[in-house]
Amino acid sequence: MSITDTIAYWRYRLVPDHIVGEILAKRWIDNAIPFAILVAVLVGFGTAVPDFLSLGSMTALTRQLGEFGLVVLAMTIVMLAGGIDLSVGSVLALANITALAMLNIFGLPVGVACVITLAVGASVGLVNGLLIGYLRLRAFLTTLVTLIIVRSIVDMLLLKFAVQISAGFVDSAVWDFIGDGKVAQVPFSFALFLLIAIVVHVVLSRTRPGWHLMAVGGSRRSAHNVGIHVRRTICLTYVVSGTLAALAGFLFAARLGGAGSDVGIGLEITVLTAAVLGGNSLGGGRGSAAKAVLGAITVMIIINGLVRVGAGSGANSLILGLILLAAVAIDVRWLKNRHKVLAKVYVSPAFRSLPAAPGTERDSASPYALNDRLRDVSPVGLNQVDGPEDVILDENDHIYAGTRTGDIVRFFAPDYTQQEVFAHVGGRPLGMAFARDGALICCIGGMGLYRIGMDRQISKLTDETNRTPFSIIDDARLRLADDLDIAPDGRIFFSEATVRYEMHEWPVDGLESRGNGRIICYDPLSNTTRTVLRNLNFPNGICMTQDGQSFLFAETWSCSVSRYHFDGPKAGKVETVIPDLPGHPDNINRASDGTYWLALVGVRTPSMDLALRMPGFRRRMARRVAPDEWLFPNINTGCIVRFDESGRILDTLWDLGGENHPMITSMREHRGHLYIGGIFNNRIGQLPLAGADPDWTGTRSYWGDEK
Amino acid sequence: MLRAANLTQERIVLVLALVLTAGFAISLPGFLTPENLLALVRSVSVLGVLGIAMALVVIGRGIDLSLVAVMAVSLAWTLNLLANGMPLGIALLLGLGFCLLSGLITGFLVAYVEIPAIFATLAMGTFIYGFGRYFLITLDVVYLPDAARSIVWIGSGAFMGIPVPVLIFAGVCLLGALFLRYVKSGRFIRAIGDNPLAARIAGIPVRPVIVMQYALSGLIGFVAGLVTATSVASMNIRVANSTFVYDVILVVVLGGIGLSGGKGGVRNVIVGTLLIGVLINGMTIMDIQYTVQNVIKSLILLAAIVADTIINPRDEQTAQQGDI
Repeated sequence: MSITDTIAYWRYRLVPDHIVGEILAKRWIDNAIPFAILVAVLVGFGTAVPDFLSLGSMTALTRQLGEFGLVVLAMTIVMLAGGIDLSVGSVLALANITALAMLNIFGLPVGVACVITLAVGASVGLVNGLLIGYLRLRAFLTTLVTLIIVRSIVDMLLLKFAVQISAGFVDSAVWDFIGDGKVAQVPFSFALFLLIAIVVHVVLSRTRPGWHLMAVGGSRRSAHNVGIHVRRTICLTYVVSGTLAALAGFLFAARLGGAGSDVGIGLEITVLTAAVLGGNSLGGGRGSAAKAVLGAITVMIIINGLVRVGAGSGANSLILGLILLAAVAIDVRWLKNRHKVLAKVYVSPAFRSLPAAPGTERDSASPYALNDRLRDVSPVGLNQVDGPEDVILDENDHIYAGTRTGDIVRFFAPDYTQQEVFAHVGGRPLGMAFARDGALICCIGGMGLYRIGMDRQISKLTDETNRTPFSIIDDARLRLADDLDIAPDGRIFFSEATVRYEMHEWPVDGLESRGNGRIICYDPLSNTTRTVLRNLNFPNGICMTQDGQSFLFAETWSCSVSRYHFDGPKAGKVETVIPDLPGHPDNINRASDGTYWLALVGVRTPSMDLALRMPGFRRRMARRVAPDEWLFPNINTGCIVRFDESGRILDTLWDLGGENHPMITSMREHRGHLYIGGIFNNRIGQLPLAGADPDWTGTRSYWGDEK
Repeated sequence: MLRAANLTQERIVLVLALVLTAGFAISLPGFLTPENLLALVRSVSVLGVLGIAMALVVIGRGIDLSLVAVMAVSLAWTLNLLANGMPLGIALLLGLGFCLLSGLITGFLVAYVEIPAIFATLAMGTFIYGFGRYFLITLDVVYLPDAARSIVWIGSGAFMGIPVPVLIFAGVCLLGALFLRYVKSGRFIRAIGDNPLAARIAGIPVRPVIVMQYALSGLIGFVAGLVTATSVASMNIRVANSTFVYDVILVVVLGGIGLSGGKGGVRNVIVGTLLIGVLINGMTIMDIQYTVQNVIKSLILLAAIVADTIINPRDEQTAQQGDI
């Protein structure tokens, strides 16, 4: 390797570029900006104000935060369902005066007062909910009106009761505890806030009503069309919001015990700032309790910090307005551009230097020399199948093939003119194998490993494996199960081509050539799934060797075939069998004479080989050029190769000029014929093999003559 | 059936206003005198002028919650400059420039940064109040200095027996109606409010027109501020934090201008303003407490919205996401 190649090799090996895209694809990344703001605010005020982070100052802060946070939660719940509740400030004031009146004037017990206060808040919420949810009024205007009405009611009540309230006195330990007490060093109101935040989180993320709420906010029309009670859900969010705001008012009353005329004035703007700053989306669908907590803490710190710094009333509004503007601007831009950035940075190519490709000149001494031996292939089911990636035949000579539309079709022997849909499995059926009991085991791209019994019963064998430690992408789910084979003891080894791309974009993984694939073992006896080999470069075909202790597997983008010993003296070892194929290998299957058939899906090109040594070039291409114009590996014209366990090439079958059957992803030998599948083909190929055992079948080769 | 009777909200409100007027005329002595009627219109002329400003924005599918803050801060600053000895013309120009600039910034945030209008203007209102209170003005209330004697007629003068504020209201209404009807960009506003995407495809410069909407709203706000300051001889910038801006929205929505844009015109604002004027005047004569007046006003707004929703129902299938 040249020096520049060595530098490129280590550069792309040591710097984990792909992590950026994977992080951006995560849902929790939404919290990054709010969290960064919180840290910045904490550090800023921590250094500007002496003692800001001291215990006493924090206790005072958390005491207010409890009430404020509850209101932010209330607003968040309404926002998540696609509404807005501006009346929270007035409800808080109403609850405050209600609680004080109940205790100071009517002398009710604290518990009863609490229930009445919450009921008052809930009924204001119910009015909002009925108007907005059932009558379909606009949330903004409606809650604006209730804000004014409730505020006026508070003013009227104040005129009547203010004097009596300030004259009264509550002699209750419970009341004092609510206002002044601590739970495990934390003020009661803050502890209550955290508890309710956790409850809200669980309800939103783990229960049916929460999912309904998120669905309504995400797309009201779709929610309505799938039968969710949209109106009831929306109505309930306002009831909850009113109740939570009333609870905050109750805590406020317990803490301060005074009924001023300015309680809760302008609170709706502060609360809205907090909710949006935390990352909750306006218009619904995106947000969480955690975001509400984050936003509440940030805004509370800012307000408190500004007071401590000694800024005037104007500065407070100034900064709050600026923050609200900045937060919403970032939110809007983020939502609009995240997927664009993601699309640009997700593809992250790595360095790969392939060994020189062997020659394929016609009439040369090369084992891969071009010829016309696929000219004699005759089509089966021409224009009746869409993309038979793999084909397999049973003992009755029927052909089975998976199609792009998620079916496994069966062509009936002997002439293969009749066909039926054997089973509709969905997903993208890829590699297939017959198990000892005659069931068809199938890798389905996008779904996992499935079993289809001869009674057409479809059952899932596995769709998840153990997650790789410290991987950012969640690779526990199977994205692209590709091909499988079955060991004599029943264990199923199957390849997952890539963990970074979905089925429909599998060629992009070739552009990346990073080694995102793996081989997984499913053990039907213990019903467990474990990853066996990691970081393979698009592992594709898998085929058991005759000794029953190892299997051969092909790695498409590194143009090699390797052998993995899962049992026996060499257990756990990987040996390279063919290091330098002239093309990209796909499926491997047994031949009748103890050798193996290998499909090359495409032939290597010098340009792609060069590009693989220039990851920077491929990265620029992925960022600046439209995907349709990208340089991809050739995946359209290939050949069939026969080789033995030592890696010697015995036979090569080409279709020179690509006239008859050039697109090949798999081939199956059966009773003296070769049956050829291709992922982009509209047919299955049938080729008579001269000199092959006319009675040999794959099933018997694996399971003997048991049946 | 309501549709068949062509019962738009504008007509409902107009009928309601007439009924109320008739009711008050019969039950309240002194209501139907020319002096009281002039006082009635005069008392709501500022509201009406602001209503026209709001209507321009609402017709273009926006909303301007910073209107009152812009009005209060710009005027208070102008008065402050006057008190500090700045010539009248320059002070007025600076105030006008402040309104224009805030309108442009708000418009930029809505049109180019694509922040929803409700939040952009809500935050701008808070920001402008804070900015004015912190940098421009020292006290909440700024009184009319002697240097401004020459413009007092705007708020308290009369021409041929009609108070100048009423004339200004009429003038702004006329200009607004002409603008919406005959000026190209006025018609663009309506097109954008009706269907922004279609307007863009048709080649209308959507974003500049949206910026213009908010700039216009700021300018009209300055006129309203001028009338307010000269009629009460002071400007209290705390009005920016009050519910006054909600009253302005009340006037607009009450008159029948839909918040989803594209519908309504100056006539709707006039009708809405008259109803509110009649109500306030009647209730004041009846000596109803201010907070109760608020409740009654709000209930009437609520009734107007409910009536609008029932007559023009929104459909689950056609409702827009994020349309709150």
